[in-house]
Amino acid sequence: MANRPLSPHLQIWKWGPHMLVSILHRATGDGLALVGLGVLLWWLGALASGPEAYAQFAELAVTIPGRVVLIGLSWALFTHLMSGLRHFVLDIGAGYELDTNRLWSIAAPVIAILLTAGFWALILTK
Amino acid sequence: MGKGTGIGKVRGLGSAHHGAHHWLLQRFTAVGNLVLMAWLAASIVTLPDLGFETVSKWLAAPVPATAMILLIISTFWHARLGLQVLIEDYVHNAGSKFGTLVLLNLAAIGGAVFGIFAIARLALTGAA
Repeated sequence: MANRPLSPHLQIWKWGPHMLVSILHRATGDGLALVGLGVLLWWLGALASGPEAYAQFAELAVTIPGRVVLIGLSWALFTHLMSGLRHFVLDIGAGYELDTNRLWSIAAPVIAILLTAGFWALILTK
Repeated sequence: MGKGTGIGKVRGLGSAHHGAHHWLLQRFTAVGNLVLMAWLAASIVTLPDLGFETVSKWLAAPVPATAMILLIISTFWHARLGLQVLIEDYVHNAGSKFGTLVLLNLAAIGGAVFGIFAIARLALTGAA
């Protein structure tokens, strides 16, 4: 084989924030679709079933696994929301300059973590 | 349609204009999710407490019940479109792909109807 440079290759690449934000967008979206909507239906079904079913949901929600799932889902929601907003900007053809793209690839998931922290701070200090 | 070459079969038929349909619906429902999820998050944060009495009374009122039904439609539709892409990317066998997409449609429509029914029951039977 001729000794010449290869184009980007399945096995020759390095991580960048734009890759992370893309993968996070799909992972959080699928997580929300498969787990988040299930929990949302559970919550609504418990509300419609009455106080006992709702109490059962509420008891599970404050256990440690319950908190991990709910905080995880809210983080997934805010992450998918922020990277979704980034997609809207990219859809109009903006934000492809290397520095801008890098900046928002990092900012989107960081803002999502701050939103998640703020959301739970407001809930837990009720 | 002629039996000639590939290009000959499609020449003159023009664009079906459906190419961007899925893509556009994903964006339309994304805007719906953005507005309705912002409303839900703000509601959860501003409700005085998250006990049964408060939450059921709140959700039984006309505007929250309507918004929650819209949220169910928008999120389940968006999730159906997103999971369809996941399936199309990773399930390559034609039969398995068809079967998985059938299951996805059943789950998405079934789940959304259950959610809407729960909200309607709460709203129409009055806050318990």
